[in-house]
Amino acid sequence: MRTSLSERLLDLVVSGFLWGFRILIVAAILIGTIASIRAGKYSSDQWIGFVVLGISQGSIYALIALGYTMVYGILRMINFAHGEIFMSGAFSSYFLATWLTKTGFIDTNPVLGLLIPILFAMIMSASIAMLVERIAYRPLREAPRLVPLISAIGASFFLQYTFRGLFGPGVYAYPSIKALDGQWNVFGFGILKVQIIVAVAAAVMMGILYSIVQYTKIGKAMRAVSEDKDTAALMGIDVNRIIVTTFAVGAAMAGAAGVLYSLIYRQVFFLMGFTPGIKAFTSAVLGGIGNIPGAMVGGLVLGIFESIGPSLFLEGLGITRPYQLKDVIAYTMLVMILLFRPSGILGERLTKKKA
Amino acid sequence: MKKENFFWSAVKLGLLGGAITIFICLLGMMEVFSKRAVIEKVINLGQFVLLVTIVAAGLVASRRTSSRLDTNRPVLNLTAGLVAGLVAGLILALFVVIGYNVNLRSVFLNASPPLYNLLTFGKGQGYIWPLPLIGAIGGLVGAALLLIPAVYRGPLTRALIFTFFMALFSGLFRVVMINQKGVVEKAAKYFFGQTGLTIEGILIFFFAVFIIAFLWNYRGKEVQARISRLPKRGQLSLRVLAILVILYIVIGLPTVSGPFIAQVIVTVTLFILMGLGLNITLGFAGLLDLGFVAFYAIGAYTVGLLTSYGPFGLQHIPFWVAVPIAVLVAMMFGAILGLPVLGVRGDYLAIATLGFGEIVRLLAGSDFLAKYFGGPQGVIGIQKPCIGTLAPFVRMDVPRVCNGIELSTVQTIYYVAIASALLIAFVAWRLLESRLGRAWMAIREDEDVAEALGVNLIQTKLLAYMLGAAFAGLGGAIFATLIGSIFATSMQLIVSINVVALIVVGGMGSIPGVIVGAIALIGLPELLREVSEFRYLIYGLVLIIMMIARPEGLWPSTATKRELHHADAENVSAESMV
Repeated sequence: MRTSLSERLLDLVVSGFLWGFRILIVAAILIGTIASIRAGKYSSDQWIGFVVLGISQGSIYALIALGYTMVYGILRMINFAHGEIFMSGAFSSYFLATWLTKTGFIDTNPVLGLLIPILFAMIMSASIAMLVERIAYRPLREAPRLVPLISAIGASFFLQYTFRGLFGPGVYAYPSIKALDGQWNVFGFGILKVQIIVAVAAAVMMGILYSIVQYTKIGKAMRAVSEDKDTAALMGIDVNRIIVTTFAVGAAMAGAAGVLYSLIYRQVFFLMGFTPGIKAFTSAVLGGIGNIPGAMVGGLVLGIFESIGPSLFLEGLGITRPYQLKDVIAYTMLVMILLFRPSGILGERLTKKKA
Repeated sequence: MKKENFFWSAVKLGLLGGAITIFICLLGMMEVFSKRAVIEKVINLGQFVLLVTIVAAGLVASRRTSSRLDTNRPVLNLTAGLVAGLVAGLILALFVVIGYNVNLRSVFLNASPPLYNLLTFGKGQGYIWPLPLIGAIGGLVGAALLLIPAVYRGPLTRALIFTFFMALFSGLFRVVMINQKGVVEKAAKYFFGQTGLTIEGILIFFFAVFIIAFLWNYRGKEVQARISRLPKRGQLSLRVLAILVILYIVIGLPTVSGPFIAQVIVTVTLFILMGLGLNITLGFAGLLDLGFVAFYAIGAYTVGLLTSYGPFGLQHIPFWVAVPIAVLVAMMFGAILGLPVLGVRGDYLAIATLGFGEIVRLLAGSDFLAKYFGGPQGVIGIQKPCIGTLAPFVRMDVPRVCNGIELSTVQTIYYVAIASALLIAFVAWRLLESRLGRAWMAIREDEDVAEALGVNLIQTKLLAYMLGAAFAGLGGAIFATLIGSIFATSMQLIVSINVVALIVVGGMGSIPGVIVGAIALIGLPELLREVSEFRYLIYGLVLIIMMIARPEGLWPSTATKRELHHADAENVSAESMV
């Protein structure tokens, strides 16, 4: 290949810059970690607390990430409105849960009182997602890639401000469930009940989803469509139906995640979907987009990093109030993973066309 | 069989229309819009929006009927419209009945008694029968619109749209015209009410536009031909005349209109600057940048820190020196943020840049860097631009006195904004025609082919990034001096989305498109307080509709237009092959 000196120089500068960037980040993490551990500000109890919080948060991210990953696997499209699907699940369960609390149902039947709002949120989220798919995505399936992405951004804003219009800009307090207050003692550590329940519930949901995709006929069809749409259609699979099902299943997971998220944070408002949405996307990419176990691993990694990061390496770097920069960790991970390993931790090397 | 089909399709459309009207009501649009009249004392904007929905349902029902029959059958068309409108009206009436008897308010914030009062024209529960009636009439009107011969339909639509816009902005025109005194003031009072048109105004505007549009249909070609037959000099002088008239209006406007309109125009201009910048990265080179606001922030913070006499100011250099520095700094950051992401393709690039944008905002607003950027308190006390000499530097917390004209009001900064927008538009236009511009477009169409043809991808993309960042930095710089203070919270993702939306609406890669988009998406909502509450809802909808119906934008560049039509032709041939 004929390349001029200036071009080679430019390439050198670029790769040098990228390496510098990597080394800088790794060095910052190492130095920060060593400094924090030396300072010994937190006890082991606190560290465990951070990790558990990270796991429960990460499993929520993982649940949302499933939707991103499945849709991307089939349509090669970033469903930017997925965070709003999550928010709509939280909102719909809020109204049901408030009503159930008022009638006293939740206090008498805590298990059903938890399951019914989750189920309701799943149904609502799935129907909204199917509507969005029908209106905003289906007509654009064959369009160039930026076109559905912009339409998805539009859908995201439309949903956010629809909820703002319908329910107001205020923050609603999710009702507290008495059975979930307090702590459980696990191996001598006191851990909040909510966090355990959330992590377990998320794990169960992911198990169900994984077995659907792996062992049922419809799951097989999903995998076939994500492998090759045209061939799948030739094999007698109704591609449209499978795509809608994928959207619905992914959205149901996000809706359930919405309920679990509001159980931990107790806040429901119209903008709540944005940050978790981006973080869930980060998890999906982190684990390798299009890869279902990858989304779960990515979610957990991100959740734990985000919850121990501020105290582990940001504080060691002498940053005041490191918790303000919690999101910066997630975004930096997002940028880093997109730059350096877009195929993710578990992802296979994608061909240029797929990536 | 066919009859049944058309009937059920009309009923379905009516149900859909009814659902949309209820949706509009529950969103709270009715209550907010009802404060603005369209025709003084006859119809307000809220009622108008509902009416338009119903008319549209009738129109679509009528069109479906026609397309099913392959011809117009007036009776069937009108029946379809009537049915659709009637069903929509009935649904709305049902909603009102339910609303009066069941408390929907515990879930839907806007399902309140004032809403039902508006829907029953303030007469209470017993007065719901007009709703289905109005629905039926609206549906009929919609259906009838389709039956009007095409010769009249074009001018009619134009006249309706023009009159509607006059009605929306009549408050504005009224204020501007009343300031002129004399005959103009009298005319203003004759045409315009407080917020809407008077009946006389409606009639005059409507018929005037209708007649002009009608005549243009017959005579327009001749006039155009006559102009093109003029000698070169004549054409040139016509063009110069037009430019002079526009220039006169632009220069004179702020003195006539007062600070409010000047403020709106400056905001629009700032978005035009950002739009022109993103137009280079997204429109020319096809790189979607969702963190574009970062460069705006960098421009603003640079000017802020270099000129502020507040606690975080570093220097007191004049605005005119600070602006080029800000542009350079933004350009540098464009290179720094651009270098790593250049290898990333398409939609991943969008998300990676979104991450960058958020990181910049979070860092600027954090306590960690508050020593330098003021954290949540922001940078305040930014000096205004000064034409003339600045008095010598005294102390950090004392502003330098301006010997000359200080551009302290919006009306004066207006000229700075307009001048820089003109300059940048010129630069963008020259870039588009240059070798670099062609390289960008080659990359946008196909990276691999472009590379094979000898375009250096890294260099070309990096230049797109840096130039886009520079334009946004200039916008940020003017923003900083306009507001006089900067806060990290004003650098939200929503600003980037605004810019993307205005480019998409105007037409990707088209310079006039950016201006049209900025006026439509930034200017109109600023001028209409009522609409601005729902602007992001409307943006979202507009983005979806544009992507589906008109991906080339309102004012597409010639290249995109050609390409899309080419794609259409290809599709047709592919389909015919199947």
